[in-house]
Amino acid sequence: MTAVLQILFDALSLGSIYALGALGIAAIFGVMRLVNFAHGDFIAFCVFAMLWPSIDAAAIVFAGRLPFYLLIPLLLFIGAALSMLSEVVVFRRFRNANPATMMIASFALGFVIRHLLLMLYSSRPKSITLWPNLGLPVEFLGAHIPMLQVVTIIITLAVLAVLVLFLKRTRFGLEMRAAADNFTMARMLGVRANGVILLAFAISGMLAAAIGLILATNSGTADIGMGANVMLIAFIATVIGGLGSVPGAVAAGFLIGAASVVFQATLPHDARVFRDAFVYGAVIVVLLARPQGLFAPKSAKQRV
Amino acid sequence: MSLLAVDDITVSYGRLTALRGVTLDIAEGEILFVTGPNGAGKSTLLNAIAGVVPSGSGTITLAGGMITGAAPEEIARRGFSLVPEGRNVFGGLTIEENLKVGTGMRTDRKKIADDLDSVYAEFPMLAERRHTPAGMLSGGQQQMLVIGRALMAAPRIMAIDEPSLGLAPKIIDQVYEILMRLRAQRKLTLLIVEQSSTRARMTGGRMVLIRGGRIVLEGAAADMVKDARLKQAYFGFGDH
Repeated sequence: MTAVLQILFDALSLGSIYALGALGIAAIFGVMRLVNFAHGDFIAFCVFAMLWPSIDAAAIVFAGRLPFYLLIPLLLFIGAALSMLSEVVVFRRFRNANPATMMIASFALGFVIRHLLLMLYSSRPKSITLWPNLGLPVEFLGAHIPMLQVVTIIITLAVLAVLVLFLKRTRFGLEMRAAADNFTMARMLGVRANGVILLAFAISGMLAAAIGLILATNSGTADIGMGANVMLIAFIATVIGGLGSVPGAVAAGFLIGAASVVFQATLPHDARVFRDAFVYGAVIVVLLARPQGLFAPKSAKQRV
Repeated sequence: MSLLAVDDITVSYGRLTALRGVTLDIAEGEILFVTGPNGAGKSTLLNAIAGVVPSGSGTITLAGGMITGAAPEEIARRGFSLVPEGRNVFGGLTIEENLKVGTGMRTDRKKIADDLDSVYAEFPMLAERRHTPAGMLSGGQQQMLVIGRALMAAPRIMAIDEPSLGLAPKIIDQVYEILMRLRAQRKLTLLIVEQSSTRARMTGGRMVLIRGGRIVLEGAAADMVKDARLKQAYFGFGDH
């Protein structure tokens, strides 16, 4: 029983991170048909923003010292600002380019951000301690669950609830959904293309910052490549979920998280190092059975 | 003064020229039919006015302001509402959400609720199913929805691309009945693209005929009935 609970919490918290990542990819893909491969570097950027630029091994924690009620809004702001800036400076110029061109542009942007971080901070991972209390376990029905897992799950559910309310109940949300369904038609009804796209980038950037905070708290290190793995899995989740489907991306994020944890727990000991191979194998099986993804939206095709 | 003036516009898709120097005027409250065979450039004309397709040369003026090269959302905000071919409902949004998308640009916030009521009064079928996803509606119902949606944007001029496409004759009659009533009630200016000139002749108003990207014939729709040139212009041949 306790083992099952432990696995459940592992799966939910890992799935949460993937779901938040997939949401960040899907938000931009929905309105722009752009898969933003720089998303992982946005995550790393947000983490390094907490440190003072220096190439020493002992990092000087800067913004990371702020109390949480200042640090969290600040990081969300940094994530949103970086993301919106990359829209204005880079992606706006490719607005009418084909999706492959936009994707290459996002790779290039990712390289620029990564090398900027390399210049400022060197390639050495740096230790960063945020909220050490969150590492302590809490007892839940006999199982010892790290507090951070509980917090991660609660944060993710809260983010999802806020996003759903935003999309369903507000003017901007309505315009975003209309634009994701049929961008040209939405514009012909007066929806401002730049406004909707900037909003999607802002949301995506804030999600990147949230992931950065969770990863940094969890691992206690800041590493330039730390966003790459999340980005890769988040991208796979958006594909499995059905490109363009936001609920699909979230569901697939949780599914991949669950699959990883279940494989980790159930594979024979010698096979556990190959866990990721099993996860990606499962991904391939899903895509062979449903190439359009598990929850493909109807609007995916009719776009001009 | 004309509400919409298109002056000598040319539109090309790559090496293919779709419109070659088209000029037309619509006065406030007027109804203008644009007819012509398949591929004549009718839809291109509407898309060029709406700002969806860039025009290579020429100017477009709406209510005295230049809109050549403006973004679609800016043109919509100046009072031009296009109902494109193929209807384009937002399938995942409910009927009511579809109707509300175009109201974000309106400044007369208080009138929006009244207008929603009057659209529902005009199309009771939409009122009954207001929380249903629009993708579940039939073709005729979707056509009613997109007309209602365009009205909710409170346009000065409404352009409709082939309102009868793929609809049963009885439904087409209904659509036109509603359009004519709305025009009388709201002093709406209408620009309607139809492949067949029959509907234009039945409805009245002015008509232009486009063929090969050019306007080849223009006049009162009713007068064109007897005009042998119509057949000539439409098909490129005729009985003399």
